[in-house]
Amino acid sequence: MSVGGQALFFAFALLALLSALGTVAMHSPIRAAMSLLTHIVALSGLFLLLHAHLLAALQVLVYAGAVVVLFVFVIMMIGPAVPDPPVMRGLVVKSAAVAVLGILTALLAFSLMPVTRPAISLSACTPAEGAECDQFGGVLAFAVSLFRQELVPFELVSVLLTVAIVGAIAVARGRTAAETDAHRKKRADEAKLQLDREARERALSAEVSAHGGH
Amino acid sequence: MPGVEIELGYYLALSALVFGLGAIGFLVRRNVLVQLMSIELMLNSVNLMLVAFNRSMPDNHVGQLFAFFVIAIAAAEASVGLAIVISMFRLKKTVHSDQADTLRH
Repeated sequence: MSVGGQALFFAFALLALLSALGTVAMHSPIRAAMSLLTHIVALSGLFLLLHAHLLAALQVLVYAGAVVVLFVFVIMMIGPAVPDPPVMRGLVVKSAAVAVLGILTALLAFSLMPVTRPAISLSACTPAEGAECDQFGGVLAFAVSLFRQELVPFELVSVLLTVAIVGAIAVARGRTAAETDAHRKKRADEAKLQLDREARERALSAEVSAHGGH
Repeated sequence: MPGVEIELGYYLALSALVFGLGAIGFLVRRNVLVQLMSIELMLNSVNLMLVAFNRSMPDNHVGQLFAFFVIAIAAAEASVGLAIVISMFRLKKTVHSDQADTLRH
């Protein structure tokens, strides 16, 4: 990797760190979502530097294209009318938690920084090979690995996604207005029936006691 | 200078920092949406670490495959989590996780 590659790494790393900080620290959720979007794009740049071309594309498609859009939709539905109440409760505990976690994270980062591996260069594609080139991290090599080693988990993921879709719809759907009306009508009918039944039973028992009086 | 590589350690350090930020956000913030975003941050940092390890051992694609599955599961988690947030907002008219305390009393 050239000096340009190093500059790209540090630029993307700085962007990823700053936008992660923004995601956590921004007061309004929509700004946090936009920071998350920036973070995802920066990470996808880092994936490109690591020769994970397919994963970089998937990261942008799935995260930036689906997950962040989902977040923005939910923020739109909930609306900015919900102010985060400025709770001062637990401020000491929160500061302590941030301090402890921050120190632990910094220690972890500094102890991981000197980790090295022998630099393994990857075989480059020749122009003659064209699209058939079996490059590390490319679509062809990745797909071969996926379908040779991980076919069963891959199929199970499709089941998982189906379950997640059905579950999300079931949890988020709630009742429509027509269903609410129908439900209310049914409850009213049941109450009326119950009242009728009670009245009839009372009349019957009154009759029985009247007969018993004779 | 050609041939200079970014060492693995830099990627691991960046991944650790992002994971720590995500953990802090999850524990400290009380907005459920921001907490979900913090979970996404943590999952993403683990992805970065897996891909970085895979780059330094490029005999197979195991790290990238694992990151692929993590992306799929993160998408499922986000959809179900956001559905729960909508449901909770309908019930409580808030997205403040301190107020989701029905099971506490």
